[in-house]
Amino acid sequence: MDAVIESLPLYWNGFLRTLFLSVTSGVIALVLGTLLAAARVSPVAALRGFSMTYVEVLRNTPLTIAFFFAAIVLPRLGVKFEQFEVAAIIALSAYTAAFIAEAVRSGVNSVPVGQAEAARSIGMKFSQVLSLIILPQALRTVIPPLINILIALVKNSSVAGAFFVLELFGYGRQLANANGDQVMAVLLGVAFFYLLITIPLGILASTVERKVAIAR
Amino acid sequence: MSSVLYDVPGPKARRVSLIGSIVGTVLILGLLAWIIMTFAQQGILEGRRWAIFTRADVWMLLGNGIGATLSAAAVAAVIAFPLGLLLCLLRISDLPAIRIPTRIVLEFLRGMPVVLMMLFILLVFGTNQFIAVVAGLVLYNAAVFAEIIRAGIQSLPKGQREAGLTVGLTSFQSRMIIELPQAVRRMMPSLVAQLVVLLKDTSLGYIVAYGELLRAVQVMADFLGTQFLFPIFFVAAAIYIAINLCVSRIAVWIERRGSTKAAGGVAKAEPEPIEAAVP
Repeated sequence: MDAVIESLPLYWNGFLRTLFLSVTSGVIALVLGTLLAAARVSPVAALRGFSMTYVEVLRNTPLTIAFFFAAIVLPRLGVKFEQFEVAAIIALSAYTAAFIAEAVRSGVNSVPVGQAEAARSIGMKFSQVLSLIILPQALRTVIPPLINILIALVKNSSVAGAFFVLELFGYGRQLANANGDQVMAVLLGVAFFYLLITIPLGILASTVERKVAIAR
Repeated sequence: MSSVLYDVPGPKARRVSLIGSIVGTVLILGLLAWIIMTFAQQGILEGRRWAIFTRADVWMLLGNGIGATLSAAAVAAVIAFPLGLLLCLLRISDLPAIRIPTRIVLEFLRGMPVVLMMLFILLVFGTNQFIAVVAGLVLYNAAVFAEIIRAGIQSLPKGQREAGLTVGLTSFQSRMIIELPQAVRRMMPSLVAQLVVLLKDTSLGYIVAYGELLRAVQVMADFLGTQFLFPIFFVAAAIYIAINLCVSRIAVWIERRGSTKAAGGVAKAEPEPIEAAVP
């Protein structure tokens, strides 16, 4: 236990870094994922094709490979980062966006046909139908799955710890190496900080799910 | 393809769409060309770097990596599924004394990064890497399987269980004979989708130094020289993605085969059970 209490500042640093990684990548992924979902249902065949290929490939890429690509291959292409955090954010948001796109798309599918028909019959364009009528309703129904994806994102950010970013998992590894006799306490400490983020989010997801279930 | 979201494109819209598609394709091709040029400048495309793939030992090492990846995934899946069933039964038990602790354990397991569990098992129990990877995957995926099957049982009509109890089955018998088989069949697509996640997560073994495909890449690059890192990485990544795509296709096929429900909704596709597709 001593090691955990002594290194609480480190845990806190790691916790903040994990939070920062998750929030930044989460926001980017939400925007990118929604755009991809919109492209997926758009009239332009090339956009549909691009979105489909992106989602299929990224969903089937192990996260570790995405990180490997962002942290080791991209710099070789001339995309230089000041910090590895940028690479981590690129990998996490590119990966998560694919899942968000799928979730939003199934939300779009769950909106009753009459909504789109009504919007079109009063003369709205595709972009208006999508942004004013369909997406607001779709996003609302997919909030619980989106939260679940964000929970997964928080957990996935631990992979960054293996690619030179010092977040919770990265500090956890360091501390576990430094305190060989108290590995269990050190790692349970790390687990505690992860649960501090994931469990409230999980409760939020199920609460929202109940609320939305009544609405529709 | 026509959709309720927009009119069937007329000649003008088709022209705009075609021009947009061509411009987009050219942009993407340009990006690819730039990437290839950069690679060429760095000498990555030189023949001698790719010549290593004519060597048998390189393929043997890659094969070992694939074998390690697949065996970890297979062993984990085979253990995780029955364990998930068991956890599910405990989670929906009639006795609060069983139900509540199980719920806490499940929340704990689902709320933790898989890598952390692998590292924990590796360091605390001092196991070898294979056991650490498999155990980490088993614990996490059993919890997810349990939740998926529970969702399946809850989605069944109430009458199923009531009928079972009425004809004199015990609660446990009704679960085993009536509800579980239907729930598992109903949730098959989600369960297979979770298998893809499990397969992908074996790549986390890289972090705890398990000799799976990505680790094999690293080892080969260290052994043969870093100039070979890129060729080997690209081939390995392609293999990984190809395997995952195959399993995903199987999942989609099972879903198509299983769903006879009429399609509805705006984009006329069946809304998928999204929760299971969480990375």
